Amino acid sequence: MRAWTALGIVLAGLTASAGEDNPTVEQIVEKANLAAYYQGDDGRANVHMVITDSQGRTRERQFVILRRDVKDGADQKFYVYFEEPADVRKMAYLVWKHVDKDDDRWLYLPALDLVKRIAASDKRTSFAGSNFFYEDVSGRGLAEDTHELVETTAEHYVLNNKPKDPKNVEFASYKVWIDKKTFLPKKAEYADAEGKVYRVVEALEVQEIQGFPTVVKSRVQDLKSGGNTVSTFADVKYDLGLPDDVFSERYLRRAPRKYLR
Amino acid sequence: MSPAARRHFAIAILLCAAAFAAAMAGEEAPAAGPSLKEILEKLPFGLHGFVETRAGTRVQRNRYISETASMAEARLQLEASKTFEIGDYRPEARVKADFFYDGIEKHAFADLREANIVFSPFEFLDLKLGRQVLTWGTGDLLFINDLFPKDWESFLIGRDDEYLKAPSDAVKLSFFADAVNVDVVYTPRFRSDKYVDGSRLSYWSDALGSLAGEKAVVRDTEPDRWLRDDELALRLYRNLSGYEIALYGYHGFWRAPAGMDPLTGKATFPRLSVYGGSVRGPVGKGIGNLEVGYYDSRDDRGGANPLVRNSEARFLAGYEQEVARDLTAGVQYYLEWMMDYGDYRRTLPPGVRPRDEVRHVVTTRITKLLMNQNLRLSLFVFYSPSDSDAYVRPKVHYKIDDHWSVEAGANFFLGARDHTFFGQFEENSNVYGALRFSF
Repeated sequence: MRAWTALGIVLAGLTASAGEDNPTVEQIVEKANLAAYYQGDDGRANVHMVITDSQGRTRERQFVILRRDVKDGADQKFYVYFEEPADVRKMAYLVWKHVDKDDDRWLYLPALDLVKRIAASDKRTSFAGSNFFYEDVSGRGLAEDTHELVETTAEHYVLNNKPKDPKNVEFASYKVWIDKKTFLPKKAEYADAEGKVYRVVEALEVQEIQGFPTVVKSRVQDLKSGGNTVSTFADVKYDLGLPDDVFSERYLRRAPRKYLR
Repeated sequence: MSPAARRHFAIAILLCAAAFAAAMAGEEAPAAGPSLKEILEKLPFGLHGFVETRAGTRVQRNRYISETASMAEARLQLEASKTFEIGDYRPEARVKADFFYDGIEKHAFADLREANIVFSPFEFLDLKLGRQVLTWGTGDLLFINDLFPKDWESFLIGRDDEYLKAPSDAVKLSFFADAVNVDVVYTPRFRSDKYVDGSRLSYWSDALGSLAGEKAVVRDTEPDRWLRDDELALRLYRNLSGYEIALYGYHGFWRAPAGMDPLTGKATFPRLSVYGGSVRGPVGKGIGNLEVGYYDSRDDRGGANPLVRNSEARFLAGYEQEVARDLTAGVQYYLEWMMDYGDYRRTLPPGVRPRDEVRHVVTTRITKLLMNQNLRLSLFVFYSPSDSDAYVRPKVHYKIDDHWSVEAGANFFLGARDHTFFGQFEENSNVYGALRFSF
């Protein structure tokens, strides 16, 4: 009898969660955006990238990334401190990401003690020579695409997204598989005008860190060129209490060591 | 150094290059023992640098310089840095030195580029003491309020951009507050630019009224008394929602010869103060900047002394935008306006070619990245419609892998007349190439 009651509770629980698991498309993309890019109020990670070209030759990048949310789901600040390769070592890169206008970007070149303003407005260009785009690192504005829920599987919400302004991007559409439990995007497939998939971004490994499900390994495959980049994230920490002034010219010129190790 | 010692030095640098290359190649063979990377990581401080060979040649005969080659050097740069785990704001010490054999000057050099310590005695204050490279201002290869030392010779013969900046032996205090940040740089002893003096590149000599070179190397007399011939540079700045606003002040000397001692005939560096301001921020789809400066030539305020350069007002406006994927274009307009021009013309010694009252310069920069950003093509052009001269700097840089890179470029000078700013360098036009291993 007790077993039946237990089963009944479990079933009731399942039904209840199924009810909550019928969010609207807007709720899904919003939650996914927060899960992928806004965990905690701030965060840090040591990022290692291995870039492999079509002939199997590899290049590596090692950098520390610091993030602070100005407003959840909206503006953020990023600080990237490069450690490898040698020719970019000690360069620091600062981004003030804006949702309603172009990002502000600065690059610090230590050999010249030069704080350079970066004019780049295209977010779909390679990040540090890898197959990742700037947008893969800092997120793509939700308002830039239309979103459609095309399928709900046992584990995923599958969304198809089309750009509102197709001239500004290289894709015609992209499909995203969003984990139903964590709302982390697990896979994205970018398709061209013929509907052919040419670029795949995947979360290869997820860990829970300080209660936040976190992608600790991800990969981009460029199916056209045959190249790919694998990123691994180590020493991930959230809610460090990063001061706002870390994201300023002061710390471009002098790396904030306290938060880099 | 004796010729034999120099030769050994050059060979040592090249052997270092080969050894590093071999050690790095050995990384892929696990049996080869600890890799260079592992060895470097075991040191109690970070050690990095590069080995480079760089060579260039003039593209036309120079009537005033006998050497055809414009550059031939092997260089080792070593940089050691250490962060001390003391307190929240950890002190950091850094030493960076270049060791190179210069095949044109036939001499080996050791050049200490940085030797400094940075720390924060208070949360609102950063202190940087010692030899350091300093840069501020908004211009792209045009400097109004950045009066820190430059090495123009390195720039014009095609050394890496890093060498345009010569280090200062200075104390830099940086104060940070919400309302405004303040940088104060005190240099106890003046140091001039490494300007074109005829020893390696030919130039226009006002004294001779003609082009000149190794037979008429500029002799100068530099203010060099500690604590008396000192310099003070100041910057007040803040960021107003993405717009960087700054005010500047400088008290010191003209960085390149701007006068002559009538008794010795030597070039002088008269006293100079500069006051200026700048703003930089988003404009349309790109980045715009404005910068102004007033050059107060304190030894010739009236403008009637022909032996000292007059005061000047300088102005710069620039704009840069990404015009297509991985293609960036920038333009700048710059002017130098001589004050008291009437007095200058009235007192100009006979035979000296007069300068224009206003010198206009337009620059363009185009940068294209290709092959996953491993290949960079760039072109920088200075063009002066008032001087009718130009300076064209094309460059190709390719990263072969994470350690090796190659570079080729040129410095072309064109001018209708011999005495103009870029025109005087016409016979120095050169092409160069370089191979570098970074670790």
